[in-house]
Amino acid sequence: MKKGDRWVLLVVLLAAAVLAIVFAVQKKAGAEAVVYVSGVETARFPLSTPIQWRLETAWGYNEIQIEDGVVSVIDADCRDGICVNHAPISSQGESIVCLPHEMVIEIEGETAAALDGVVQ
Amino acid sequence: MSRKIAYGGIFAALALLMGYVEAMIPLPLPAGVKLGLSNVVVVLCLYTLGGRAAFGISLVRVVLAALLFKGFLSFWYSCAGALLSFAVMVLAKRSGHFSIRGVSMLGGVSHNVGQMVVAVLFLGRAVVLTLSPLLLVSGLLAGFGIGLVSERCIRYVQQRKG
Repeated sequence: MKKGDRWVLLVVLLAAAVLAIVFAVQKKAGAEAVVYVSGVETARFPLSTPIQWRLETAWGYNEIQIEDGVVSVIDADCRDGICVNHAPISSQGESIVCLPHEMVIEIEGETAAALDGVVQ
Repeated sequence: MSRKIAYGGIFAALALLMGYVEAMIPLPLPAGVKLGLSNVVVVLCLYTLGGRAAFGISLVRVVLAALLFKGFLSFWYSCAGALLSFAVMVLAKRSGHFSIRGVSMLGGVSHNVGQMVVAVLFLGRAVVLTLSPLLLVSGLLAGFGIGLVSERCIRYVQQRKG
């Protein structure tokens, strides 16, 4: 191991630790689940209401479920299935990402107007 | 010259095959975490045939893998990862401050950084960054492992030659 190698180890581990701490500190209970497709907001649901909703895009579908205040993707026809295997989310800033369908579900905190239902 | 081209072809084929082999081994890894076996070939090539050949092989691998197994969305992800990691590895090697392990660790980390950048661009959301601690560490570990393997391979080949 050269000296530079150790620096790489140290710097990267440190950066990862700092980022992990920052994200952990920011963790707060969320209020709404927001669905984005290709960066455009497609739907918004309050976490308090159980719902099952099917997102249909040009790439396929993602079946999104809200139950007991947690959001999960219960079914999808994407090629990797990572969004389905993802652990349910409920804290502010947490997200489930489906890269093949360019979909992101993000948990947001309290907003001024609590919109109910689908915003197109 | 023709010898180099022949070796280049073999390396490119190997790199492509490594990606295929890796896809066949089911590992219980979270999103985005990969071993990057084909990087062994790129690192080996960088140290035996030189930067230009390694660049060509890296590019050929990404394009062929996208055409054969993946599809075009993942092409951008692989491309960003491969190009950034390659640039970083060449610079790291040239600087002389790093051994193969260090070069390959930098390569692994920058590969994941490149993919995260593309993910942010495509999704238009910075949320994927919550994965960054995981991806940084996994890139580091994968790079370390790949560095070890490459080191052994190079030593073995040199012993046989000498």
